Amino acid sequence: MKSNLKEKTVIMDADGMRRALSRIAHEIIEENQGIEDVVLVGIRTRGAPLAQRLAENIERIEGRKIPVGILDITLYRDDLTTIARQPLVGKTEIPFDVTGTKLILVDDVLYTGRTIRAALDGVIDLGRPKRVQLAVLIDRGHRELPIRADYVGKNVPTSRKEVIVVELKEIDGDERVIIAEKAN
Amino acid sequence: MSLLIKGGQVLDPINKRNGIFDVLIADGKIREIAPEISRELAYEVIDADGKLVVPGLVDMHVHLREPGREDEETIESGTFSAAKGGFTSVACMPNTEPPLDKGPLIEFVKEKALKVGSANVFPIGCVTKGRDGAELAEMAELYSAGAVAFSDDGNSIMRSEVMRRALEYSKIFNAPIIVHEEDKELAADGSMNEGYVSTRLGLKGIPKAAEEVMVARDIVLAQLTGGRLHIAHVTSAGSVDMIRDAKKKGIKVTAEVTPHHLVLTDEAVDGFDTNTKVSPPLRTSKDIEALIEGLKDGTIDTIATDHAPHTREEKETEYDIAPPGMIGLETAFPLVMTYLVRKGHLTVEEVISKMTIEPARILRLDKGTLTIGADADIAIIDPEKEVTLDVKNFASKSRNSPFHGWRLQGIIYMTILSGRVVYRS
Amino acid sequence: MRWKRKDLMGLEELEPWEIELVLDTAEACKGIFSRDIKKLPTLRGKTMVNIFYEPSTRTRTSFEVAGKWMSADVINVSVNTSSVRKGESLRDTLKTIQAVGADVVAIRHSAAGVPHMLGKMLDISVINAGDGAHEHPTQGLLDLLTIREKKGSFEGLKVAIVGDISHSRVAKSNIWGLKKLGAEVTVIGPSTLIPFGIEDMGVKVSYDLDEVIHEVDVVNVLRLQLERQRKGLFPTVREYSKLYGINRDRLKRAKEDLLILHPGPANLGIEITQDACDDPRAAITEQVTNGVAVRMAVLYLVLGGVSDNELIN
Repeated sequence: MKSNLKEKTVIMDADGMRRALSRIAHEIIEENQGIEDVVLVGIRTRGAPLAQRLAENIERIEGRKIPVGILDITLYRDDLTTIARQPLVGKTEIPFDVTGTKLILVDDVLYTGRTIRAALDGVIDLGRPKRVQLAVLIDRGHRELPIRADYVGKNVPTSRKEVIVVELKEIDGDERVIIAEKAN
Repeated sequence: MSLLIKGGQVLDPINKRNGIFDVLIADGKIREIAPEISRELAYEVIDADGKLVVPGLVDMHVHLREPGREDEETIESGTFSAAKGGFTSVACMPNTEPPLDKGPLIEFVKEKALKVGSANVFPIGCVTKGRDGAELAEMAELYSAGAVAFSDDGNSIMRSEVMRRALEYSKIFNAPIIVHEEDKELAADGSMNEGYVSTRLGLKGIPKAAEEVMVARDIVLAQLTGGRLHIAHVTSAGSVDMIRDAKKKGIKVTAEVTPHHLVLTDEAVDGFDTNTKVSPPLRTSKDIEALIEGLKDGTIDTIATDHAPHTREEKETEYDIAPPGMIGLETAFPLVMTYLVRKGHLTVEEVISKMTIEPARILRLDKGTLTIGADADIAIIDPEKEVTLDVKNFASKSRNSPFHGWRLQGIIYMTILSGRVVYRS
Repeated sequence: MRWKRKDLMGLEELEPWEIELVLDTAEACKGIFSRDIKKLPTLRGKTMVNIFYEPSTRTRTSFEVAGKWMSADVINVSVNTSSVRKGESLRDTLKTIQAVGADVVAIRHSAAGVPHMLGKMLDISVINAGDGAHEHPTQGLLDLLTIREKKGSFEGLKVAIVGDISHSRVAKSNIWGLKKLGAEVTVIGPSTLIPFGIEDMGVKVSYDLDEVIHEVDVVNVLRLQLERQRKGLFPTVREYSKLYGINRDRLKRAKEDLLILHPGPANLGIEITQDACDDPRAAITEQVTNGVAVRMAVLYLVLGGVSDNELIN
């Protein structure tokens, strides 16, 4: 966790996360009436392992692998400024054609919607999916764009001062979601 | 009008005087130097307690730019710059527009300096007409108009025959030929010292050999002719060695070094500050060591500034086409004090000697002393006071100094020219 | 660690991690090259000015493509060098940049240090597109990217740079970059074109290409400026070619996995023959592609900044 954050509450532990991802996997299959043409695209950084886990869940249920890709949206952001810090550009790794797919974007937290806006631009530059849906682990509200998630692990009302921190074992070594507050 | 300088450490190398004395000035001359002179004798008393009282400094190499480039410097601004730097006598180079290659031009400079100057100005006449290195100028006319030496300044005299005749002809007046030693072909379009730094920065280098081959040639010609050769702004260890040998052989050669060549190396060019572009270029720390050694053992006779004003417009341009030169009158003394005296290379007496009596001897000027009856040209120095150099406060019309912002120790407290205070800090 | 530089002046000033960051970013940018729509919105609304005081179609085009693929508005100012009075170009450039309200400037100039001076005078980003014999950082970076792609890493890699080292900004940028990343560099050329003190940059010097060609992993062949011969730096082009030209014969004695680079455009038959360019070991076309990627990366890095979204989810 970033040192300038003060932890407040744990809102999801490892079991909670497992259950949420399992439920979303079922909802995806139900909503798309199977997994025909379904592909998962995780948004870097934490969307990528989440997409991978969802794919494993779906495979367990349906007995069939579905394609998984990773999308880096850094070059699609609309908030590039001339201040000192900027995000590292990662690679987009989508080893399949997105045209005609039912593409499900996966991310950890849905907040203003700007990341998803950038991800939509990024996906559409790659081809023409039949349909694009959105799966997120946490929806914390405060949208700035007309975007909503099709699959939500947990809705968490937050204030703008608060920060949602998702920790995944692949990246952070821990497995939980917490609400933190910016310490001044 | 009389002036009494009280309680200062009077340092007068030629008269071997070094101690606490009072100095009484009357009618523009030095009247008396004694341990205690009554205040009643003076109209004004200057308290010089803790200060050095030395002969007004003499700079045998400055560019006053008048006539022709009054946007860069004038005789008025340049001599005030001199006064602020403790200099009471300067010899100005003839690379004006037009060049000082005719008697009336020399007279113009002298008259203008008498009218508006804050220092004595001794013009140097051209060696060749138009400084083009082909035909000798009318040296006799120049000399009788007041030229104290001859030089084509930045234009090295490439033709050996012309140089030979110049050294011979100047013997009539016993005046030195002052040479800027740089073989134009070897230097070509270079803009800094050739070496690792020029390679790194991608700037065309000027090899030390460009200077050294000319020094070698001119020493041989000085030996052949018996003429007086003065080598301006020596920069390389090789040149120092050759001059040392020549002096041992009794050849009539003298030499000068600038403060900037004693303080800065070619590393200063990193960053492409065009104020570090000078001709000849800044060299290396090895050369600086040799130059200091040369000053110590007398191979190098004098420290001269090569004060070369350029406007901001001229300097704010590509490094390789920026005109070379930096101003130096107001930075010379604090630099020398900080980098030669404080670092223990030379004593303050040696430095004062190199900046007063030695250049006066080369130019045969009746200057650089505190002898009773001599013109009261005096610099009073505060040797301990620290200063942060700020080009904005310079009296020179130009600002081209790479020493802006440097913290140095030893400043000019007051400058007196013929008994008149021309500068007070 | 994050990029903090406003300008890119050369590889001398870069830390190894900064070089790696540019290469990594460039590799990510290369992802769009295979797409139908080669367009990223990254620099939308930004204005990039390319000012070239020396003709160079190749580098200028590469910068232009990089800017356009990232949606910047690109303005090319080609300067007829004969019409610019000597010494006027700096002030002239400043005026142009202020007039168009540029966010980033790529400048090529025949005088070393001009981008440096501009960078100090301007608040906006300045990218050195080659200054005199000083540096050509984007060329150096694209060479490094090509080498990394083909060789994997730089540690212990033996690289030869062949040609006019004295007047080559490409050589300088390559040497800094390669040394920082751990390669061994030998510069090879006629002794009149090897500059003073080059050993102090950490390279070996050789006048004999045949002594070195069999043991190197990479050979970077520099373009020979033919006017150097007129200045008396070597007797004839024929003799130069004989001593330092990369040809089939020499390549026979080189390693099988040698990598051949040339910044282009080549003087065919002088520093390199056509069949050497066509050799499967040559990566001259990849260099062109990587040039665009590297310039996109540099544009992104010098113009990049904070994202609030990144700090708070």
